[in-house]
Amino acid sequence: MKTWLTQHRAALTLALRRLRAAPLNSLLSILAIGIALALPSGGYLLLSNLQRLAQKAAPTPRLSLFLSIDSDRRTASELGVRLKAHAGISSYIFLPREQTLARMKKNEGLGDVIDALGHNPFPDAYAITPASSAPEAMEALAAELRGWPKVEHIQIDSAWVRRLDALLNLGRSGLALLAALLGGGLVAITFNTIRLQVLTQRAEIEVSRLLGATDAFIRRPFHYFGALLGLAGGLAAWLIVSLATLALRGPVNQLGQLYALNFDLATLGPVEACWLLFAATLLGLGGAAISLRQHLKQH
Amino acid sequence: MIRFEHASKRYPGSIAALSDVSFEVARGELVLVGGHSGAGKSTLLKLVAAIERPSGGTVLVNGQNVGALRPRAIPYLRRNLGLVFQDQKLLFDRSALDNVVLPLAIAGLPPREAAKRARAALDKVGLLAREKAMPIALSGGEQQRLSIARAVVNRPNLLLADEPTAHLDAETARDVADIFLDFHRVGVTVFIATYDDHYFEAAAPRKLVLSHGQLQ
Repeated sequence: MKTWLTQHRAALTLALRRLRAAPLNSLLSILAIGIALALPSGGYLLLSNLQRLAQKAAPTPRLSLFLSIDSDRRTASELGVRLKAHAGISSYIFLPREQTLARMKKNEGLGDVIDALGHNPFPDAYAITPASSAPEAMEALAAELRGWPKVEHIQIDSAWVRRLDALLNLGRSGLALLAALLGGGLVAITFNTIRLQVLTQRAEIEVSRLLGATDAFIRRPFHYFGALLGLAGGLAAWLIVSLATLALRGPVNQLGQLYALNFDLATLGPVEACWLLFAATLLGLGGAAISLRQHLKQH
Repeated sequence: MIRFEHASKRYPGSIAALSDVSFEVARGELVLVGGHSGAGKSTLLKLVAAIERPSGGTVLVNGQNVGALRPRAIPYLRRNLGLVFQDQKLLFDRSALDNVVLPLAIAGLPPREAAKRARAALDKVGLLAREKAMPIALSGGEQQRLSIARAVVNRPNLLLADEPTAHLDAETARDVADIFLDFHRVGVTVFIATYDDHYFEAAAPRKLVLSHGQLQ
């Protein structure tokens, strides 16, 4: 156990020394890895922010049912009974036309227009929360309600949220693809860096073998080297993404206020950051392992 | 300690480097291998250190059959050997002390203990004062002594050397040879490929002579 610890510490020290020995090369590799990882991380952040925004803008999907303007209150209450009995509807609120008129009149500018009309242009309406918020179920429900007597118009209020959600799903698939591609790029970067390392350390590898070093002993510092490179690249990516969000936070906030949305751009949380670093380290290690399998054979 | 039984070595596309070689080296013996350049001395040493495998016959080192050794077992065989190479194979990017520490680090010794033993080995070859020097700053004789320190730091029971006195002036060569004689005196088996026999005469060594890959 003690020997094991000693050897790992020695390998880690050696890997750090090799990173320091060629600072410019190391820095450029780290930067390349950082940028490669910052792209999918930034994309992930963009998507999760959009999703948050969508949830904020329209929390639950609803249907609005407008009665025809000539229908009386009795028709409305009959309709209310039918809605109550319907299994596909979890709750509903009746919005009498007088109330709507009063609310609309409070709106700046709109009051004068309504007064000029001389009569109440608003119909009685129901705000309906369906039992299922699945888009197909909502469409089916809307189609059914449209067929009822005296129903003038059905509007699916949060259709755009659904559409955005579908778009976000597409975005997520694209992002997964991008992440896989750039992860492959990271493996390629470490692969090549380790190949150069093996060439540089050729004498050391040969002498160590002659002095009784096991394969594990020879590989260990290279594994650490790859993992450290990945970790440093992950940190660089985290830094890039964090700085970018920080820089964009102000403008996004301003834009949100124009649309009466109080929206703060979120950056990577601690758990997400840990995942990023973990993945980067693992990919660096993987690249190193593949490279060693290729290049140590030749000695 | 070492036993060759009808051992031969043929490199691909060339004539036999060694053919039908049989001999034995007992524990604690000092044996010299002589012969003209290209007679197969280096190949013989490479077979002992498991750097090459015999094409025929058997090579036994410390009771282990080198030809049948699994690749995973080779490092552990080498840790019991002290190897001094013709071209020394020092690492030029680290100090004299760190060069000597390497075999101990490979064996998994804690750094402090390793440094202590490495200094003792440097002291034995008279290089303690130069422990911080880089190998490039050392003279030819000092480099050779450094490589001996590295070979013995593990306290091997078998010391192998390939032309350790070549390219050295007479006085330095005698110093280097004396170091080997010292190890022989304390019971280490010493096996040296050399044509400078006279430096080792004091110990009355047994001599093997190779000619065109065959033992005379």
